[in-house]
Amino acid sequence: MRFDKYEWTAISIMVSLFIFVGFIQGWSVSLVILNMCIISAIMTMGVNISWGYAGVINFGVMGFLAMGGLAAVLVSYPPIKEAWQVGGSGLGISFILLILLVIAVFFINKLVEKKSHKYWFNGLVILFGLIIIRYFFLDATAKIEEVDPALAGFLGGANLPIIFSWVVGGFFAGGVAFVIGKVALGLRSDYLAIVTLGISEIVVSVLKHEEWLSRGVKNVIGLKRPVPYEINLQNSEWFINMVTWFNSSKLNNIIDPDTKQEVLNNLIIDGSGIFVKLNYALLFFIVMVVIYYFANKAQISPWGRMMRAIRDNEVSANAMGKDIVKQHLIIFVIGAAIVGVAGAMLVTLDGLFTPSGYRPLRFTFIIWIMVIVGGSGNNLGAIFGGFVIWFAWIEVAPLTTFLIEIFTSGMDPQNAIRLHLLDSVPYFRYLLMGMVLLLILRYRPKGIIPEKVRHS
Amino acid sequence: MIDFINSIVVLLNFVIIPGLSYGSQLALGALGVTFVYAVLRFANFAHGELMSFGAMITILFTWFFQSQNIGLGILPTALIALPFGILATIVLGLLSDKFVFKYYRKQKSVPVVLAMVSIGVMFVVNAIIRIIVGTETIKFSDGQKFIMKAKQFKAMTGLNEGLALKSSQVITILITILLLTFTFWFLQKTKTGKSMRAFSDNEDLALLSGINPDRVVFITWLIVGTLACVAGTLYGLDKSYKPIIYLNLVLPVFASAIVGGIGSPFGAVVGGYVIAFSEIMVTYAYKKFFKYLLPESLEPSSLVQLLSTDYKFAVSFTILVIVLLIRPSGIFRGKVL
Repeated sequence: MRFDKYEWTAISIMVSLFIFVGFIQGWSVSLVILNMCIISAIMTMGVNISWGYAGVINFGVMGFLAMGGLAAVLVSYPPIKEAWQVGGSGLGISFILLILLVIAVFFINKLVEKKSHKYWFNGLVILFGLIIIRYFFLDATAKIEEVDPALAGFLGGANLPIIFSWVVGGFFAGGVAFVIGKVALGLRSDYLAIVTLGISEIVVSVLKHEEWLSRGVKNVIGLKRPVPYEINLQNSEWFINMVTWFNSSKLNNIIDPDTKQEVLNNLIIDGSGIFVKLNYALLFFIVMVVIYYFANKAQISPWGRMMRAIRDNEVSANAMGKDIVKQHLIIFVIGAAIVGVAGAMLVTLDGLFTPSGYRPLRFTFIIWIMVIVGGSGNNLGAIFGGFVIWFAWIEVAPLTTFLIEIFTSGMDPQNAIRLHLLDSVPYFRYLLMGMVLLLILRYRPKGIIPEKVRHS
Repeated sequence: MIDFINSIVVLLNFVIIPGLSYGSQLALGALGVTFVYAVLRFANFAHGELMSFGAMITILFTWFFQSQNIGLGILPTALIALPFGILATIVLGLLSDKFVFKYYRKQKSVPVVLAMVSIGVMFVVNAIIRIIVGTETIKFSDGQKFIMKAKQFKAMTGLNEGLALKSSQVITILITILLLTFTFWFLQKTKTGKSMRAFSDNEDLALLSGINPDRVVFITWLIVGTLACVAGTLYGLDKSYKPIIYLNLVLPVFASAIVGGIGSPFGAVVGGYVIAFSEIMVTYAYKKFFKYLLPESLEPSSLVQLLSTDYKFAVSFTILVIVLLIRPSGIFRGKVL
């Protein structure tokens, strides 16, 4: 992985942006933005793998993120024993029945020859099967949701460290992507966009309303953390020593012991917040680098070349004996799995799971803008897009406030237009995103850091 | 016998009339999507925002007329404001075409790139709408709310069940019939309509026969702007206007267009009603309906609801997926206008 001049510029721009914000708005703000930037970059790499490598469109980002989030809940939350006792058997029965139903449908497809008969048989079996399953299922879920609804009301999870969920989230999202891909990947690209968008909407609405599984709109709060809590840090000896050591010059200048203690306490409180965020940033950064490394390796491998061949000319790749449907499915699943990892990390960072927070504008289209702006087909470009767009998304609000203040400085402070504009500051970010996307597509359609085609 | 009529009235009141008005709104929206797809050849993700924009301009003019005390009596003031909204929506469509879509059309870009571009347009229009009116829910229907209230109906017929008829529903259905008749007449009978159909069927052949492509594109935006503004306004009139809701509405609209066969205007209309009725019928609780039909001993104890109303949006997509699997080109083989 050697970067050329251009890429070094991009990296140094990213680093200097955070240092700049750190000095202007404080290191805490800078780190909050940095953490989200890294997560966005991972999402972007996931989309980039399916779109940039193979040209498979994936508008289901939101759904895969939500699946990753669900994984975080199911892995880390302590199990709710009572709920398992009242509803476990019913759920088990309906699960077994569901498997039987799938097997039955599978056999019907094998045994019945004529196509029209197949539909009728399948339809009837599925209908009756679902009615029977519903009977057990609704009963069990109703019982589960009655268990302590204010605090629990769902099955809980496996009580494992939340960091495992990053892998599990990948598998969850990949599994869902496998089903979607099986159904939809034969479609033309713009149909595929709409279908994946719709299915992600279905995934989120299932998570929103199946309360026995995800607690639905009641949200799951207080998830475990992979990093220490601030309050524990503030009371631990080594951390206090570290803060003292870091600020020794500043503290030594203060002579009065009471003021000194007060200053030190404030420094410890600030420092603990920053330390926690730094830990998150470190963990996320490791994941990002690992994914980046393997994604790059894959891209320059024979497999990556095959993917590029399929993307650039499907017909001739097919003629060379490549199984296009299978390869499309594989890369769709891999891309979705990486998005799922990012989804689990997102929930880990927030410490809470809110299914109603998943909206397509924020979690599908913005990610796509990141990919297009950064440069599809180039992983560093994808990371760069993720960083820059998320940075802009956050920092555009203070910037527009500043600009509006300047432009309306001649007006009366109570002027209606001025007040209205200041009220609608948060919406200017959508304007900026749209404009950026349109300009990039028009004048630099390959993105800021275009794909490098290596001839080896 | 009276029980039977009662059950029919229940169905009319809760399923058929809401389904018809929601279906009309979807049909108008889907028709716009289909027009863009057939003539300009891309999936326009910005269509929802176009609808929202039209509704917003209509609302602004409605407020203006209300402040000037101009009204239509029992009819909502929005009807006078509607032409202004249509005009603004057409202008927006033409501007977006001139500054954005035209370049890619001349470049002969692939449809996916145009779809991406339309997402950019969606963001910009979305931002403009939010900057102008914010994100609050706006109710702008005035005039007489009901043509017939449930109580009046009960008193009139002596039945147990009431049938309420909202004026917004009746207006929606009437305007839809009017607009659809006009559109189909235009496509089938006029020379311009025929040239549009030729253009969508085979672009090169149409160019050879001397059809002016710029004129066809212009007319398309006229129609699309009109349809989008009317659909958006009617939806807002019926439910209440909320800028964010139109992004969600674009999904069932697309589903309708594809289910009917994208590119086929008749298919889009049918698809709209199919999606609307299936959304409502699958999530409606039939308990009351069966209460009248079945003898007392067989009366259902549960709600007799196939899916909870939470899954309303999921239904349209399930249908879309099923249709695409069984018959990928939609109910009425699409692609040609």
